[in-house]
Amino acid sequence: MSSSNKPRTLYDKIWDDHVVSDLGAGSALIYIDRHLVHEVTSPQAFDGLRLNHRQPWRLAANLAVPDHNVPTVDRAKGIKDPISRAQLDALDANCAEFGITKFDLMDRRQGIVHVIGPEQGATLPGMTVVCGDSHTSTHGAFGALAFGIGTSEVEHALATQTLVLKKARTMLVRVKGHVGPGVTAKDITLAIIGRIGTAGGTGHVIEYAGEAIEDLSMEGRMTLCNMAIEGGARAGLVAVDDKTIAYVKGRPYAPKAEHWDAAVAYWKTLKSDAGAAFDAVVEIDAAGIQPQVTWGTSPEMVLPVGAAVPNPADEADPVKRNGMEKALAYMGLKAGTPIEKIAIDKVFIGSCTNSRIEDMRAAAAVVKGRKKAANVKLAMVVPGSGLVKEQAEAEGLDQIFRDAGFEWREPGCSMCLAMNADRLEPGERCASTSNRNFEGRQGAGGRTHLVSPAMAAAAGIAGHFVDVRSF
Amino acid sequence: MRAFTVVSSKIAPLDRPNVDTDAIIPKQYLKSIRRTGFGPFLFDDWRYLDAGDLEIDPATRRVNPDFVLNKAEHQGAQILIARDNFGCGSSREHAVWALDDYGFRAVIAPSYADIFFSNCFKNGVLPVVLKPEEVQAIFDGVARNPDAQFTIDLPAQQVKLPCGNAFSFEIDAGRKHNLVEGLDEIGLTLKNADAIRAYEARRAQQAPWLFAS
Repeated sequence: MSSSNKPRTLYDKIWDDHVVSDLGAGSALIYIDRHLVHEVTSPQAFDGLRLNHRQPWRLAANLAVPDHNVPTVDRAKGIKDPISRAQLDALDANCAEFGITKFDLMDRRQGIVHVIGPEQGATLPGMTVVCGDSHTSTHGAFGALAFGIGTSEVEHALATQTLVLKKARTMLVRVKGHVGPGVTAKDITLAIIGRIGTAGGTGHVIEYAGEAIEDLSMEGRMTLCNMAIEGGARAGLVAVDDKTIAYVKGRPYAPKAEHWDAAVAYWKTLKSDAGAAFDAVVEIDAAGIQPQVTWGTSPEMVLPVGAAVPNPADEADPVKRNGMEKALAYMGLKAGTPIEKIAIDKVFIGSCTNSRIEDMRAAAAVVKGRKKAANVKLAMVVPGSGLVKEQAEAEGLDQIFRDAGFEWREPGCSMCLAMNADRLEPGERCASTSNRNFEGRQGAGGRTHLVSPAMAAAAGIAGHFVDVRSF
Repeated sequence: MRAFTVVSSKIAPLDRPNVDTDAIIPKQYLKSIRRTGFGPFLFDDWRYLDAGDLEIDPATRRVNPDFVLNKAEHQGAQILIARDNFGCGSSREHAVWALDDYGFRAVIAPSYADIFFSNCFKNGVLPVVLKPEEVQAIFDGVARNPDAQFTIDLPAQQVKLPCGNAFSFEIDAGRKHNLVEGLDEIGLTLKNADAIRAYEARRAQQAPWLFAS
């Protein structure tokens, strides 16, 4: 713990509590409390351990689950694609060989790594959490310093329980006031990215604050922090409050009774001190945030649903103008088209951004008693974990979706990145609750528009984008 | 890790901002459990006109003649230049493995996404940060003469231009040292094993719930 009396940010506090050795010039060896492992970015790291005759430093810090490359239908039949199967088999074999706890494909606790970490209480306030996946920023919702790493760092974390890190700059994003009805955490996080740009947070850790952030549920805060990386920040943070503590309590990996009070006392210190200095401050008026829809091939290419596709000719910067022209050509859109006139082919409700129970409820509330539009070829709902799926089914949400013509699937990353069989065909346009609208992200030639679960559901019913507030 | 000291080469120009890691190496190749062999799939969706996957021989595919890396004058370049926020998106280190396997030893851009930037240093690939106007000058120079030879001198922290001038760049001293020497970071960290154990003992007193299982 730091002995300095200088006001510290939440990031400073977590950093200070994890310094193993100061390496000079702003770098330090930082201790890693939790390492989440999945099948895609880990096999080469385990190979590295074997090659160098190394063992995991602390087995209990690791938790593994297959998610990126798993089928969302007919799971009991196994995986047909031999290459995908080999990758899942490698995770099984590596976890068995080294003794790492893993939730199997058929385990009811299986799901997207960023859903199950918090769900199991494996993500706790004040922890450092890493995973070979950029959306590890999600876990910052708990006041944990959580960020994605590459495979070399996966190997480093496994072998040493530390990472060599350079201290980041800090950015405070304060969302003042309260959002209106129908405006969700997804809209807040997209509006922030629209403001700061996809590189706005590069080199920074973002702390989200303000009344609109305090208002959010833990699910909402996870959605918010999930997309910190789309604003360029490797990590996002929200200060611990009573909601955080209530969410964690009683979960399988949460502190047991004998440590609970001490843990809570520590967690309550996990907020930025009054007067703590940030390197950058961005303020956004919550009341001005509308439901958001992306129109291009970068998450910063986002507008309120009532807007029209922008005209590159209006952009003064030649590099940006060129980017806009390429984006419109790829997306098959004309400048000036109202966003509400854009028809869609598919709907994807899921991903580590929006696949938690609250997201399922929000989408179901919109589709209840309605039918999928005839022009929508497929509307799929992919819960984030087996436990989310069970909860949703207990509430009858699966039947609401099925009655509306939406498909109800098994948990996984699915069409967020389309590593499995769930993908867009060339030219297909999708209303998606995921996090990236990059070219080819949901399938080569596929066109992705990022929206909230309620907005995706409404688009599936209307057949085109529509303002969920007047739907 | 392979060391990086001095590389002299022509430069391949990729005139786009926000080149994301999905574009650098699409998802279907992430099913591979190896670290090598990604070069033929670098920028796959732009480079080929037809769809590919791990089981399709790249030699049988239709090459996109309009994509810059497919042009004869840019063959053999070991340096890639692009615009802002190169490597944004996913943490997939496969993006760096693909660049490396293709033959790129260095990238030049005005800015990079953090995770990609970090991944480069673990693989002996140097991400050089130059000012936007310097990047523009190199794009202009390559447009005039695609065969122009540039030299990236890491010890001197300079990109030397064919005209004899040079652009200097900043780099973290620790990362530079590891790259120039080709050091294994895990081996270096394990020299701190006692400090890691001491930290754990101290932390287990302060926050015992973190070590309860």
